[in-house]
Amino acid sequence: MATPSEVVLEVRDLVKHFPLTQGILYKRQIGAIKAVDGISFDLHRGETLGIVGESGCGKSTLAKLLMALERPTSGKVLVGGKDIAAARGSELKHMRRNIQMVMQDPYTSLNPRMTVGDIVGEPYEIHSEVVPKGDRRKRVQELLEVVGLNPDHINRYPHQFSGGQRQRIGIARGLALQPEIIICDEPVSALDVSIQAQVMNLLDGLQKEFNLAYIFIAHDLSVVRHISDRVGVMYLGKMVELGKDTEIYDRPSHPYTQALLSAVPVPDPDGREQRERIILQGDPPSPANPPSGCRFRTRCWKAQDICAEQEPLLEIRDKAGDHPSACHFAEAADVVHVN
Amino acid sequence: MIEVLPESAGSGTHGGALLEVDDLHVEFRTRAGVAKAVNGVTYSVSAGETLAVLGESGSGKSVTAQTIMGILDMPPGKITGGEIRFRGTDLLKLPEDERRKVRGEGISMIFQDALSALNPVFPVGWQIAEMFRIHRGASRADAKKKAIELMDRVRIPAAKERVSDYPHQFSGGMRQRIMIAMAIALDPEVLIADEPTTALDVTVQAQIMELLAELQRDSNMGLILITHDLGVVADVADKIAVMYGGRIVENAPVHDLYRNPAHPYTKGLLESIPRVDLKGQELYAIKGMPPNLLDMPSGCAFHPRCPYRQETCTTDVPPLHTISGTRGSACHFWREVLDGDAQ
Repeated sequence: MATPSEVVLEVRDLVKHFPLTQGILYKRQIGAIKAVDGISFDLHRGETLGIVGESGCGKSTLAKLLMALERPTSGKVLVGGKDIAAARGSELKHMRRNIQMVMQDPYTSLNPRMTVGDIVGEPYEIHSEVVPKGDRRKRVQELLEVVGLNPDHINRYPHQFSGGQRQRIGIARGLALQPEIIICDEPVSALDVSIQAQVMNLLDGLQKEFNLAYIFIAHDLSVVRHISDRVGVMYLGKMVELGKDTEIYDRPSHPYTQALLSAVPVPDPDGREQRERIILQGDPPSPANPPSGCRFRTRCWKAQDICAEQEPLLEIRDKAGDHPSACHFAEAADVVHVN
Repeated sequence: MIEVLPESAGSGTHGGALLEVDDLHVEFRTRAGVAKAVNGVTYSVSAGETLAVLGESGSGKSVTAQTIMGILDMPPGKITGGEIRFRGTDLLKLPEDERRKVRGEGISMIFQDALSALNPVFPVGWQIAEMFRIHRGASRADAKKKAIELMDRVRIPAAKERVSDYPHQFSGGMRQRIMIAMAIALDPEVLIADEPTTALDVTVQAQIMELLAELQRDSNMGLILITHDLGVVADVADKIAVMYGGRIVENAPVHDLYRNPAHPYTKGLLESIPRVDLKGQELYAIKGMPPNLLDMPSGCAFHPRCPYRQETCTTDVPPLHTISGTRGSACHFWREVLDGDAQ
């Protein structure tokens, strides 16, 4: 992204708390899982924003909020200037045309009793104004061709396809309504290595062809680096660092990002003895009861008293370069490359 | 992983490999036909050595491991040929009660999904202690004490308080530690780790791999690491066997394989992975899909996807050509692959 183009999606202070209740007849709330806790970012036309984080950090809840599959506790998701989180009925239906999703598991996200033609064409049943009835079959075949499947296979069922091909069917369904935004939630993590590359190249090609904006959610940092223009790192419901791919990967400034990156195995045995690993102790704390102040402080080697008292905001800091980082002691350092 | 122990340089105490798999053939008889899962696999591991078995789903890497452990479901599985020698004795010819002694004490295994590998209705301490009660005839109290020691050794915090907890009360990383504790309980000489970190987050993966490396250093175990992750392999392996369609298509010391692969499949894999330290352009993608085990391609199983394909690849199965002392490639055109000129 050399020149920032038009913003297609704005997220402002998005919060989602899932209530924890006790009791059977008289349910009372005893707490909340703070799955997403105050996240803001912009997405520009034609760009890819990667979201990385470990399991339980809230990245999939974020995806559901953006699709309005979950209602936020507070905050806004603006698609083309309108808040999708507040929209209802026909307005919501209309807005959803513009924002589609590709799911993680191609085995469970396709209905086994529907043919490929029915699956890819189903969006047209809901949004019947997009393509007139007589043209739908032809349009579905075009979509299959776009994602690299044989258009003659339109009457086949999902079980007749391999994992990589099923993911292509899911992508074709996502493209059917010609959205501006596609949310990809772990789109390649269920696939074999040699098939992953095929699907990632397809997503790349489609983005250029249709000028799509992607939110690319994954736990695999190498995959995210490959496809993303900008990357956001999440930890326990918070965005801890946000920047261009080179800023995050070559000059990470938040200790969590640094630990995450240094833990990724590099497929090159040369210099493996020199590589220094930051090994975090323990597991992430529960999002029902996150630590006070900075949420990462319980596993952080830089933690001081201030970290428990004051929550660090996601902002640009002196030693951290030009991108925002939510750490009191943020300092850019290259942890991936070995000299 | 930094220091190299003098005895880990190659041969173990028995003047060579501890565990040798020799020309193993395994097939599954199903209603749809005979699936040839393992078609002549040969590999070996010595004390203190780490062998990585690399392959995609359906390549036969896990079936080979299950056959070594003797936990293959038969039927539908059937071993149709080959030998598995542990310290020189063929395990496949041993009666079950002797085989059982090898399991756990000689060779043990950890699995990918710790939640389904552990029994949900028994406390974890009881499951670890079972190893001592059954194999060593230890009393309940002694066995429990040893279980706590082991939980300490795999660094489960507050082992004494957690020994009576159930598997669901632990996180994914901690469960994997419990499984490692069970596997190393009887000081095995060979440990097979089948995708030990695939279900885990990357920071936890780093913790577990460090733990495995440390345990291996302490006890000079031979380690067979089964994985599909080229990054993990590059970090820990001494030598690599790459599997495709139930065969080993390339074996090599780790540095040679990454620097200069000798099989088109290995080469394609290395070029198709995104890397965290480099921003690539378009990824090279291996065309097509892995072979259907019920209907294997004729000749070389990789030929439908191979950029080096010639007439002979469709008819002749390439043998594992020896390239140098420790390297082999099952490709008719390994010289061209090494030189790097694809048609």
